[in-house]
Amino acid sequence: MPLDRSDVFLRFDNVKKSYDQKTLVVKDFSLDVAEGEFLTLLGPSGSGKSTVLMMLAGFESVTSGDISISGKSITRTAPYKRNIGMVFQNYALFPHMTIAENLAYPLQVRKMTRSDIQDRVGEYLNLVELHGFRGRYPGQLSGGQRQRVALARALIFEPSLILMDEPLGALDKKLREQMQYEITRLHEKLGFTVVYVTHDQTEALSMSTRIAVFNDGVVQQCAPPAELYEKPSNAFVADFIGENNFVNGHVDTIADGMAKITLPEGGTITAVAAHGLAANTRCRISVRPEKLYMQDDRGAHDNQVSVRHVTHYYVGDFIRYYFKLQGGGDINIKFLNDSAAPDLKEGDIASLVWFAKDCIAFPA
Amino acid sequence: MTDIPLTAADRRSARSELGRRRMTAFLFVAPLLLFLLFTFAAPIGTMLVRGFYHPTVSTLIPDSLKALKAWDRTGLPPAETQAIFAADLKRLADERLSGKMAEELNRVVPGSSSLVKSTARKIARAEDSEIAASGAALLAAADEKWTDPEVWRGIITSGNTFTADYFLTAMDLERSPAGGIMPRDGARIYVDLFIKTLKMALIITIATLILGYPLAHYLATAPAKTANLLMVFVLLPFWTSLLVRTTAWIALLQTNGVVNSFLMGAGITRSPFEMLYTEFSTIVAMTHILLPFMILPLYSVMKGIDPSYMRAALSMGARPLPAFFRVYLPMTLPGLSAGALLVFIISVGYYITPALVGGTKGQMISNIIAFHMQQSNNWELAAALGTMLLVVILLLYWVYDRFVGAGNIKFG
Repeated sequence: MPLDRSDVFLRFDNVKKSYDQKTLVVKDFSLDVAEGEFLTLLGPSGSGKSTVLMMLAGFESVTSGDISISGKSITRTAPYKRNIGMVFQNYALFPHMTIAENLAYPLQVRKMTRSDIQDRVGEYLNLVELHGFRGRYPGQLSGGQRQRVALARALIFEPSLILMDEPLGALDKKLREQMQYEITRLHEKLGFTVVYVTHDQTEALSMSTRIAVFNDGVVQQCAPPAELYEKPSNAFVADFIGENNFVNGHVDTIADGMAKITLPEGGTITAVAAHGLAANTRCRISVRPEKLYMQDDRGAHDNQVSVRHVTHYYVGDFIRYYFKLQGGGDINIKFLNDSAAPDLKEGDIASLVWFAKDCIAFPA
Repeated sequence: MTDIPLTAADRRSARSELGRRRMTAFLFVAPLLLFLLFTFAAPIGTMLVRGFYHPTVSTLIPDSLKALKAWDRTGLPPAETQAIFAADLKRLADERLSGKMAEELNRVVPGSSSLVKSTARKIARAEDSEIAASGAALLAAADEKWTDPEVWRGIITSGNTFTADYFLTAMDLERSPAGGIMPRDGARIYVDLFIKTLKMALIITIATLILGYPLAHYLATAPAKTANLLMVFVLLPFWTSLLVRTTAWIALLQTNGVVNSFLMGAGITRSPFEMLYTEFSTIVAMTHILLPFMILPLYSVMKGIDPSYMRAALSMGARPLPAFFRVYLPMTLPGLSAGALLVFIISVGYYITPALVGGTKGQMISNIIAFHMQQSNNWELAAALGTMLLVVILLLYWVYDRFVGAGNIKFG
């Protein structure tokens, strides 16, 4: 999504990074971020997303290219002059200072008066609902409370840009969801810009305004969450975001962005043709487990395959069925846990149906 | 939730399980415990006791001491008492123990060694009956010093089983004739040496800190490959003999040594510096030898400090140097105090290096203790000095614990 030049707040311009002078960890990264955006850098470990964050914060040098904020290059600016708030995975709260002292530190550095500091610390403790904790030490707080302090400490000097490096990685599932809500709430309330690094896609999908999916030092796709999930631009993104079934096939024809595909067992289906797909080539078809239905009276559908039941697991809110395609290959579906869930036995033949818009054919 | 009470059988089985576990734990430590008891606790204990418990004379002349108790310490002891002493002396001469008695008394009454020995030789020739009848006269005839009450008082003093005299000597004090305590005549030896030892230990601690801190930080943050290589260099001194390293310093620092040759060759100085056998050489050599003790605890603590703490401080706008003092330094305090305490305590009691490169000027308290053990044969004084050294160290540790908190110490 190219931004209007005047809207650009943070800009990465052909940024490259190499640690060993041989290989590039970040390969030609360019991205524009608007003010107030919640941008998430998502990718497997070693994909270069953390390196981008470190370069933005100033803890790693930029090998080539330029990073600018509000049109001013910060590529050679010392980290302490960048005025960027940062939240770390281990919180990085100073263990020998109380919560109030931790929050006051960035203000003391800025030579604010004692009473101003007092007021501001109180205000931000209220903001993260920890007013009763000013005299405690970080070691006396729970993980979630520490995270909130870390958040308040990054916000208290009112930087326009906040970086978060897997800030919820150390929390358990329930707390993580609470903190997701907390961060979103503060983001909406205060309107700062966020660059958020994570390898957890649920987190990325539920919080971001835009997600940049990294792999191998390259941005695979940068789009809002729904677009990323519904319209992955390549097989890596389709596989990395959410769950997906991949089935091999052969492209017969392509018309109006839709591809006619022959499956190994002989059946034909219709799928959305991904960018770069050509007729008369092999392809990989992706279709999400929750978009597949066992044939019943759900009405119209575009595609149908016949499959052999292997096994199924009761998960709770849904039941997962595993099937084998007649022409080889595995496929699984999520069946909503209602009374209609069929009781299949190994070897039973079932029929799966889905809509053409729900499956994408990528070049193999 | 309801509590289900344990049955008696449950409790018994739980108790025996606990007992078994304790027994196993004890068996694991028992060999070391026994070893330490016999090789460490017992010898040190007996050594310390020697500083104030001194039963030699009371076993040599028990009868005389018992008789002397009745004496009012003015004038001369009664003739019968002197006779008992003369009899004791004859027995000692027969048993060839008079030399030991002479040595003991000499420590209290200087110059009385020959008095005891020669008198014992003469008395040994006299008959028992003659001694019993006119012991006092025989003593006076053997040496007129026996008519000096000072000598007799000295015998009583030397006969005390428990004595604080060695501790007084160790603190450069002595008993006045009136029975009080006063500074000993002449220069203060031991107190000055204690102060000097503590001062040198402090300088060594600070020197290892200044040299070790940056290196430990580098080791903790460098890439594993570089850090491991450098770590080998840090540990290398541990694998070379202490003597070799100390002797190497002699070669370097002596008048015609490497350092002086270099300085003169480079035209920095015309005449060689006097470096060996000074405080300077002791401090330099010990700093080198004790450096790993500072680096290792620092390293292990710094290794556990995530770089994100400093980064957080920088991201909040703190300049690197203030951030270091406000954030990083306090977090390394546990390792710093462990290293400093280790180096300080080890250097306070260090012996070999000051003995080899320190000469007379660079001596420390341990060298004087060794001197009393090996040359002057005054084990009691050595024990008193050793006890005081131990007390000083415990005192410093207490002060440290009071103000910094020993719970802060982290060795790894």
